[in-house]
Amino acid sequence: MSPAPILSAFRQALDEAWAGGAGALLPVGFFAGAAVLVPLGVGTDPETLRAIGPGILWVSLALSSLVTLERIFQADAEDGSLDLWLQTSAPAASIAAAKTFAHWLTAGLPLALLSPLLLLMFQAQIDGALLENMLFYAIGGLAFYFWGGVGAALAATVRRGGLLISLIVLPLYVPTAIFGALAMGGGPSSVAAPLFLAASTLFALAVAPFAMGAALRLAAD
Amino acid sequence: MFSWFANPHRFLMLSSWLAPLFYAAAALLIAWGLWQGLWMVPKDDYQGGDIMRVMFVHVPAAWLAMASYLGMAVMSFVWFIWRHEVADIAAKAIAPLGATWTALCLVTGAIWGKPTWGTWWQWDDARMMSVLFMFFLFLGYMALRAAMDTRQKAARAGAILAMVGALNVPLIKFSVDLFTSLHQDASVITPEGPKMAAVYLWPLLISSLGHSLLFAALVMTLMRAEIWTRRAAQIRARLMTGD
Repeated sequence: MSPAPILSAFRQALDEAWAGGAGALLPVGFFAGAAVLVPLGVGTDPETLRAIGPGILWVSLALSSLVTLERIFQADAEDGSLDLWLQTSAPAASIAAAKTFAHWLTAGLPLALLSPLLLLMFQAQIDGALLENMLFYAIGGLAFYFWGGVGAALAATVRRGGLLISLIVLPLYVPTAIFGALAMGGGPSSVAAPLFLAASTLFALAVAPFAMGAALRLAAD
Repeated sequence: MFSWFANPHRFLMLSSWLAPLFYAAAALLIAWGLWQGLWMVPKDDYQGGDIMRVMFVHVPAAWLAMASYLGMAVMSFVWFIWRHEVADIAAKAIAPLGATWTALCLVTGAIWGKPTWGTWWQWDDARMMSVLFMFFLFLGYMALRAAMDTRQKAARAGAILAMVGALNVPLIKFSVDLFTSLHQDASVITPEGPKMAAVYLWPLLISSLGHSLLFAALVMTLMRAEIWTRRAAQIRARLMTGD
């Protein structure tokens, strides 16, 4: 097995992210848009916003992963490149993992990098916690994108699969959301929670590629 | 063993007498459990007085919610590895019934929770949350199957999702367990044996057995319907092509 197909899948996913106008900036726009709607909806009281800010960003991160993942495998299934990937010597799981990882790099990581700015808008104090939270969003986002990738691969041949993806991956997002919120909560469990967050992401990295690979073989049939 | 059950004809033979038997036994057991639970056993004021009688539906429903998801995942696994069609038919039949009992568990839990804990719903209660997410797993499974355009694709996609879900259930359970729980600790299956008074334990066990038999009988009925539907489709296809 040569790594060439995996690398080319990775590069193709990176290229796609920048293709088509706004490209990689769109998820950032969606993320920021979803987050700034909240103060308009729940009121602008600074204490409330400071309390819910980190949680709102978790929800926005989960939503943007769902919105951007819909097309990741669907386009490949439509234009036939999926069949070509599966004919190479590389396992389907590694192709899927490479594509999903590239997708997280272009669509998920920018959201984490933007999080300090949004947290400041939610009245957070400027301190080291902002950088810590950025790291948590990056780690947790990786799990969101990998579980979301399972949903996206399963729904690759379903027209308008976006809503379906949301329903099937929602339960899979639960551990990440809970550990992420606990890690930032500052409570007694906030010491262990970052480790649990990282562990649940590692679990996603270990399990999700195989499910994606099996689902892609199904989509190519 | 799996191969023995994998024959649809053998399944139809077996279920033609096993399903009615289960229906009859379930009716008797559930009726006895309800009669004991609703009228005979003394009420427990610590558990909210008469409202604790909902336990004789709530606990069997909770048990079936977990058992049915496990059953669906095992059937999906068997289908995915050995491609026995009966296993897929079973997984497909379990999903709507599992979702129903999971919903029953949530609803009876809310009815019990309001008078005793003062709330219909508590977001940081671990067991409520895990059952809720189990409910969503069932819904997602059914929606995914329904979205696929062929039976074979529905079976494959459903099996992948059910197995991924089953791997995640312990993680989901563990993560929500970090929340505090309003629920009591285990009181039926413990290392020291049941802690519950026998007067409650027996109707509860009988009721659980009754619900399980009813569930199994309904699964068999749905499976029989599915097998006949497939046969009818085959016959219709043969007539259409004029062979």
